[in-house]
Amino acid sequence: MKPPPFEYLRPESLDELCDVLAEVENAKILAGGQSLMAMLNLRYVFPDFLIDINRIPGLAGIEIKGERLRIGAMTRQRRIETDPVVNERAPVIPEALHLVGHRQTRNRGTIGGSLCHLDPAAELPTIALLHDAHIEVARKGGRRTLPISEFILDYMTPGIGPDEVVVAVEIPLWPAGHGYCFNEFARRHGDFAVASAGCLVTCGASGRIERISIALGGVSTVPLRGVEAEEILGGSAGDDATIESALAFCEGLDVLGDFHGSADYRRSVARSVLRKTIRTAIQRARGGQGEIH
Amino acid sequence: MAERKIELNVNGRTYSGTADVRTTLADFLRHALGLTGTHLGCEHGVCGACTILVDGVSARSCLMLAVQAEGSDIRTIEGLADENGDLHPLQIAFRDKHGLQCGFCTPGMLMTLVEFLDENPDPTETEVRDAISGNICRCTGYQSIVAAAMQAAAELRKGRRA
Repeated sequence: MKPPPFEYLRPESLDELCDVLAEVENAKILAGGQSLMAMLNLRYVFPDFLIDINRIPGLAGIEIKGERLRIGAMTRQRRIETDPVVNERAPVIPEALHLVGHRQTRNRGTIGGSLCHLDPAAELPTIALLHDAHIEVARKGGRRTLPISEFILDYMTPGIGPDEVVVAVEIPLWPAGHGYCFNEFARRHGDFAVASAGCLVTCGASGRIERISIALGGVSTVPLRGVEAEEILGGSAGDDATIESALAFCEGLDVLGDFHGSADYRRSVARSVLRKTIRTAIQRARGGQGEIH
Repeated sequence: MAERKIELNVNGRTYSGTADVRTTLADFLRHALGLTGTHLGCEHGVCGACTILVDGVSARSCLMLAVQAEGSDIRTIEGLADENGDLHPLQIAFRDKHGLQCGFCTPGMLMTLVEFLDENPDPTETEVRDAISGNICRCTGYQSIVAAAMQAAAELRKGRRA
């Protein structure tokens, strides 16, 4: 099918964009378009205004700011995936991005677009939650930064107003040599995941876990942090028995069932994906390769 | 209808035309410019048949609006053979290795592989399979496409050395 009619606007600056956003109603922002254009073609959405932000300067780029990685909202996924600084300082991001769609969609798709679309099975929102990202948002007359936990409001609903636009994502960096893993199970490569999991971990000289972050995607209406599992594993030896007890929180999750499988199936897949993810992250923190791929 | 005048470069030639703002780049190439080599399968970014190069990188032309391509450098399957009609090594390899049956996915496969072999001139079969994972073929079972990509990679490497 073809997109329904809309008025096409292409602001040339962030100020102009914010002015437009303050005035229009029922508008959609067109970033990379790898979800929105499909939704338009399928007539899932009928915006009165389509606001193309691809020609606004200054919205794309990757830089290190102190202990944070700052990625402009319009930075293409493939640029992030292949960036040497990101690969060195936040290797879980490229590992996850390799699983996002296909090379052609990653060439166009952006980090800001993916976060605002907020598909619960998408990799980038889960990664942002795993890394405690901060989202920088602009509107007419001001800017604010909100933590990812507040940005993820509900099913496909970011916690920003219709007059606001995401301009950048700031990702607090973990120490050099931290363990990491992002892993998922999908029917085919590039499909949305039945379940995905990410883990970041640091271990002390004795191999004991000092700090750990765990996130799950695809299982519920929004990506989730495995807080209970983090509490059990933090300070532990990170042995198989402790990992197993940490996975118990999966049983209490409110899991979605759909045509990919029932809630019970998805819970079982989530548990298995998460087990492998945590084990690999810990092995890598200790200088090993890990067991995935 | 909201229309815009656009000018873009396709396969080294400048085209100008008028596009309804909701026209996809794929439809503009096919209907306004008559370049029907770019195929449209699913029209929602899954099948890969409409893959073209936009400013040197592969993209789904069904997931872009024609107005977004204003001023861009587009390369489509029609631009793959040279001016004399000599086929690109990828086209020769697809013929040699039977890398197509019905041919519907072929333009997208070729444009994806042009970008991929440029980045990775000496790929493994696994890397080729990963590169074409966003292009669906319902005829070949992919074996002959992978074989063709490997042959083209070898040919292109020879060309680079020469």
